[in-house]
Amino acid sequence: MSGLEQRIHDAVHGQTQPTVTVLSSLLAVEDELGYIPKEALDFVAGFSKATVNDVWAVASFYPNFRFEPPAEHVVEVCWGASCHLVGAMGVFKSVLEAAGLEDEGDTLDKRLTVRFNTCLGACSQAPVMSMDHHLAGRVNPEIAGKNVARLLEQEGHGE
Amino acid sequence: MASSFLEIGLEAGRRWQKLTAGDRPWIRVGTALCGEAAGAFEVAAAVESELASQGVSAEVSRVGCLGLCFAEPLLDVQLPGGHRVFYGNVDPTSVAEIVSAHVGDGAPVTAMALGYLAQEGSDAPVPDGIPDLDQHPMRVWENRIALKNAGNIDPMDIHQYVANGGYQALHKALTDLDPQKTLDEVKASGLRGRGGAAFPTATKWSFLAGNPATEKYVLCNCEEGDPGAFNDKNILESDPGTLVEGVIIAGYATGASKGYIFIRHGHNGPIDRCRAAVDQARELGFLGENIMGSDFSYEIEIALTGDSYVAGEESALMEAIEGKRAMPRFRPPFPAQFGLFGKPTNINNVKTLAYIPEIVSKGGEWFAGIGHDTSTGTVILCLTGPLKYTGMVEVPLGINLKDVIYEAAGGMRDGKTLKLLQTGGPLGGVLGADNIDLVLDFEILRDAGAIVGAGGIIAADETACIVDLTRSLIAFCQYESCGKCFPCRMGMSHLLEVLERICDLEGTPDDLTLMRSVGENMQAGSLCGHGQLGFNPVSSALRYFGPEFDAHIIDRTCPTGTCLTPRFSPAESRR
Ligand SMILES: Cc1cc2nc3c(=O)[nH]c(=O)nc-3n(C[C@H](O)[C@H](O)[C@H](O)COP(=O)(O)O)c2cc1C
Ligand code: SF4
Ligand code: FES
Ligand code: FES
Repeated sequence: MSGLEQRIHDAVHGQTQPTVTVLSSLLAVEDELGYIPKEALDFVAGFSKATVNDVWAVASFYPNFRFEPPAEHVVEVCWGASCHLVGAMGVFKSVLEAAGLEDEGDTLDKRLTVRFNTCLGACSQAPVMSMDHHLAGRVNPEIAGKNVARLLEQEGHGE
Repeated sequence: MASSFLEIGLEAGRRWQKLTAGDRPWIRVGTALCGEAAGAFEVAAAVESELASQGVSAEVSRVGCLGLCFAEPLLDVQLPGGHRVFYGNVDPTSVAEIVSAHVGDGAPVTAMALGYLAQEGSDAPVPDGIPDLDQHPMRVWENRIALKNAGNIDPMDIHQYVANGGYQALHKALTDLDPQKTLDEVKASGLRGRGGAAFPTATKWSFLAGNPATEKYVLCNCEEGDPGAFNDKNILESDPGTLVEGVIIAGYATGASKGYIFIRHGHNGPIDRCRAAVDQARELGFLGENIMGSDFSYEIEIALTGDSYVAGEESALMEAIEGKRAMPRFRPPFPAQFGLFGKPTNINNVKTLAYIPEIVSKGGEWFAGIGHDTSTGTVILCLTGPLKYTGMVEVPLGINLKDVIYEAAGGMRDGKTLKLLQTGGPLGGVLGADNIDLVLDFEILRDAGAIVGAGGIIAADETACIVDLTRSLIAFCQYESCGKCFPCRMGMSHLLEVLERICDLEGTPDDLTLMRSVGENMQAGSLCGHGQLGFNPVSSALRYFGPEFDAHIIDRTCPTGTCLTPRFSPAESRR
């Protein structure tokens, strides 16, 4: 078994809750690796006695799954209505500019992923963004750009 | 065998006594998601390091929240046997001062304090020169039932929940009531579901109770994808014990064998705290075989889903727990006949279930005495947008929207005026500022074209463009459409296309007719509420703000200028 296969195996078999499903197994792999490699689709299919097609149907439905290794850092910006009404669009513009991106996605050097989030759950602190899953509220375009720059100064934490 | 409930209660009481009136101060830092976004975890760490460096001894807890989001990060200090004194918008500098003056020397920092909360049983004088926090506009309207412990107890410590009345309702149900009498209390309360549709809870429970199968499930829905609503996650973060107790009592009343609490993956605060509450309940014998020595046995499992708004729809939720795509099922059969894994199932929202322990403890009649007509009890509102006081309040149904917006939330920020309220989530609707005299009641809001829904109220001021807001809501609905049925899948795309065109000032009068006909088809032909209700944002916007649409279409101008600024939406729609 390769290192990757071992980690997939351990993540899927390491689930402790009674109800183990295709979705729960995919979430376990995503937690471990930060993405769903092809090997994981095959492994979860075998483990769940499902076809690879069935597993892909589930994996492709939920936009939290990604299928290539994660960039070093991830920035999420909320585009929910509470954030939208107090300036989320300006935050997007500045985050994308700081990242050198035109749209949601990874930078070419894989240092940063920018994602849109439908609601980060802290709507009363709108506009909200997150840096490597740490929430930051009441941001504005200037702070948001600085947050991205500061994140890019840090070494990545791998997955 | 676990200790008896009496012994557990005594032990919990001793521990609580030690925390509140022991030999050292107790510092509680509010750390729900909104606190996190304001820097609460950094503040909690700063408190601990100040205590260490100043050589001051105190207990520090990371609690949930009081709902005063505008003042986050928020912490309070309780001297032994004293009252709680709150400090808002704290930062590392103010932490240093609070620790040395208040925690160390026992002298509250009056100039920085937000208010005090008098503690029952304390005969200490209330602090001089500090306002009573219960007189704060955000708190005067409140009647906390589901939120009674929020911000007061450590959500990771079941003993604190028990010390504050936790599990007495379950004990009462198991010893003094039987399942039918428990259900009767819920019936008498008039409680209606807080997940969106406001369906009478006891009626729904009676469907499951009437099914003779032995394997039956209760599902608690904490998908909570509505932008602008965070009250479900907040209950899990602030007082998961109340929810867990509610899920157990629901199982008892309906004869269910197992409960599932369903949460979206990625929100670690709510998930970890809920998990701890379930595990600790099991350790104390409130879950498992023969609970509290009765013949009732029950388990609770936490199930996670991926990102999907429609996974919050009851039948899609069951698909997701089964590990499939979160796509709604055809009904009939209804969940009470054929639900999760084909077993009879009942689904309720977090808030609905969080009311249950108090209803059982105090009786259904008591709950029914609060509220307005058939909208009984309280409503937990999330107040967001450019309001002076953003946050979460639990107020009686029947409260006037004017009081909510102008009193509790303090009106609009920066001297701006209210333009509209968007209520009930993306499938809800907008209300013009003229509707401010409406009272909060499920029927009244529905008739006005908006809904109470899950309790999100987003306010907007005159700088907001109604066409742009509507476009953004439909962009969300389009992105989240599960794609199973075409009236919704195609309809949402069409609506979005038309709204984009109107925002680009390239719309035509025919576009309004086109949207109406698309909307009618969606309402008539969609499989689930997402498509059936998905035209609401547009129809309510047209109802109250027709002239602003005309300005875009006929005069080719955006009165607020919003539509002339860049807009961003996710790179690709989901499916
Ligand atoms: C698209 C869609 C999304 C929904 N999302 C949620 C949700 O996140 N949480 C929730 O409690 N109910 C949600 N509902 C309503 C549920 O289908 C269901 O009515 C509710 O959970 C029942 O609980 P209640 O009777 O306690 O209100 C949603 C409905 C639809 C159509
Ligand atoms: S109405 Fe929309 S969300 Fe509901 S089943 Fe149809 S496509 Fe899916
Ligand atoms: S709408 Fe942005 S955090 Fe909820
Ligand atoms: S104060 Fe806790 S949710 Fe805002």
